[in-house]
Amino acid sequence: MKSLRNVLGLHFTTLIMFGLLFPLIIWGIGQLFPRQSNGFPIYKDGKLIGFANIGQKFTENKYFWGRPSAVDYNAAASGGSNMGPTNPAYLSTVEQRIKDFMKRNPGIKRSQIPSDLVTASGSGIDPDISVQGALIQIPRVAKARGISQDELKKLVEEHIGKPLFGMFGPERVNVLKLNLALDNLSKKD
Amino acid sequence: MNTDLFGIIFGFLITVVLAVPFGKYISKVFKGEKVWTDFFAPLENFIFKISGIDPNEDMDWKKSMKAMLLLNVVFFIWSFAVLLLQGVIPILNPAKIAGMEPSLAFHSAVSFVTNTNMQAYFGETGATYFSQMLVFTFLQFVSAGTGIAALALIFKGLTQRQASNLGNFYNLFLKSCTRILLPLAFVVSIILLLNGMPQTFKGLQHTITLQGDTVNVATGPVASMISIKQLGTNGGGYFGTNSAHPFENPNYLTNMVENFSILFIPIALVFTFGYYLNRKKLAWIFFGIMTVLFITFVAINVHYETAGNPLISKMGINQSLGNMEGKEVRFGAAASAYWGVSTTSTSNGSVDSMHDSQMPLSGGVYLLDMMINALYGGVGVGFINFFVYIIIAIFISGLMVGRTPEFLGKKIEAREVKIAALVLLVTPFLVLVPTAIASYAVTKNPNLPWLNNPSFHGFSAMLYQFASCNANNGSNFAGLGINNYFWNILGGVVIFLGRFIPIIGPVAIAGMMAEKKYIPESVGTLKAESYTFAFMVLGIIIIVSALNFFPALALGPIAEHLTF
Repeated sequence: MKSLRNVLGLHFTTLIMFGLLFPLIIWGIGQLFPRQSNGFPIYKDGKLIGFANIGQKFTENKYFWGRPSAVDYNAAASGGSNMGPTNPAYLSTVEQRIKDFMKRNPGIKRSQIPSDLVTASGSGIDPDISVQGALIQIPRVAKARGISQDELKKLVEEHIGKPLFGMFGPERVNVLKLNLALDNLSKKD
Repeated sequence: MNTDLFGIIFGFLITVVLAVPFGKYISKVFKGEKVWTDFFAPLENFIFKISGIDPNEDMDWKKSMKAMLLLNVVFFIWSFAVLLLQGVIPILNPAKIAGMEPSLAFHSAVSFVTNTNMQAYFGETGATYFSQMLVFTFLQFVSAGTGIAALALIFKGLTQRQASNLGNFYNLFLKSCTRILLPLAFVVSIILLLNGMPQTFKGLQHTITLQGDTVNVATGPVASMISIKQLGTNGGGYFGTNSAHPFENPNYLTNMVENFSILFIPIALVFTFGYYLNRKKLAWIFFGIMTVLFITFVAINVHYETAGNPLISKMGINQSLGNMEGKEVRFGAAASAYWGVSTTSTSNGSVDSMHDSQMPLSGGVYLLDMMINALYGGVGVGFINFFVYIIIAIFISGLMVGRTPEFLGKKIEAREVKIAALVLLVTPFLVLVPTAIASYAVTKNPNLPWLNNPSFHGFSAMLYQFASCNANNGSNFAGLGINNYFWNILGGVVIFLGRFIPIIGPVAIAGMMAEKKYIPESVGTLKAESYTFAFMVLGIIIIVSALNFFPALALGPIAEHLTF
């Protein structure tokens, strides 16, 4: 009986401490940093249009496209394809993506297409593409928007996320931020 | 490309550099010496008082194991009940999520109580804020505390001379939570929060995207969970895709911090051994043994993941980024491979890329890693598993030279070796037998909705599932359909046995060793601080895992690799 009191006491005290107070304290600190603790929301004309780190689906020619997504960019139900590397169904999906990409980006050779543009991300809402993945989309976007390729190239280069401290990790381009800047650029003209 | 490798190398070095002093700190906490976190003492004493616990009461191995089991039973009942009833709990459920189906609630409760965190539910849609906090986040603290306390009992046992006391389980448990896990979790949570990991209670966020689509974005109290998820080698994520999700791992810095957190306490505990027993050189030897295998595994996987999928190379695609299926651009192939080895070495099981989509041999390395389950290992339990390998290595060395085996001045006799051998043999039993049953079921009924990949890879997925359950890892080949009676119940049972047998057995061994007479080292003693002994332990780890699992690995990942 004594040990039952011991464990029940430990259970409920640690439950309140770690299950309730700890998250609430972190939440309280988060209130001092509203942008961060809300996951960097992005507003446009007062409306919530997304989050800086949550990828969005882009299919129109005038936007840079993100990566293929196994969940069609559903940010309430993230997911990867979980396809194995030798699965024939998977390989034909990739081949189809390559063909589709080349059809809508005439003049781009297979060897120019980086693997991130034809493979599904882990989360299904990957916000980034590789630098090469952005560069090869420039001719298409330029044509759709009537903006010069040089101007777009400059824009992409401004949006390259550098490695951490210049030393660690890959370079990347945040697609949503790039497209937002693109819309602003078009507006100005 | 080089920045990718620098990220890994720096990440590992900084972890080790900080783990050494932290190991010393943990040793002080275990011994009850003065530490800077003594300001927790009034809180702890208050908890002991209202629980009627005398923190200085001696416990032998049987008594402490009884206390541990009873405490875990209470954790289980609470969690099972909450998960079943989460739909009718009126608070902290803005998304109106329903209660779990009983077999799923059973599986999830067992999984989180045992530090496994295998998830057959789906984070965004299957768990309320109430469950995320008062079941999952809570259990991530206390299940880790349980493992660390069990290791403290063993350390005490190894230093005792003819005494049965292993220390007070309740005391060690609570202090592991308050003084080891809580301060680290606090710091890491704040770092993650400042990098854009949400901590809100606002429910689904309604957005209209640039292209005009309507998308609901799941958020929640994420930052408070992810720190302890990593530090306690739990691994169970807030979102369905775990640390691949941008809210659960927003950038390369958080990826480094999380990967650091995965390895930090497990590595520190190796050095705790050295400080606690005053055998620092031996601790470095143990660290060396683990690290040789760890780095080998990292090298193999970084190679295969950065080289990319040869079948996709054949399509003429530029593969300079490596195999990107199931990976995130902000981490890249190399960091994802390093993370994979970290998470399977330590029984953590969180993922920042989908293991199902990695190269066959990378998957094979993860499997082997979980089958060994002692390269740093889970918090507390990893070193406990390593201790079992040590006992077997000592026994076999003893046989080779024809002397009674000794370790740290204590004779290792038949009873201890029998327990160690049993613990070691439980692993293949719990992994291979259920895998065989599952494979048989699939061959009998190919229409079972389990596998989303055919052939060898499908077999690998099932093998991975049970290897992960047994190792209390919790990662999986996520394409496997596991939310059904078969996987929930059989998986739950494997998880339960895979947790408690490898804790109780070694604690019993330590309890028995504690009661023995101390024999000073003599000329005939195999010195623990020697290369001979180090190679012996390394050899035992490789032989045991290779003998047990090679046939299964040959049927899964190796066979798939040979199809290239």
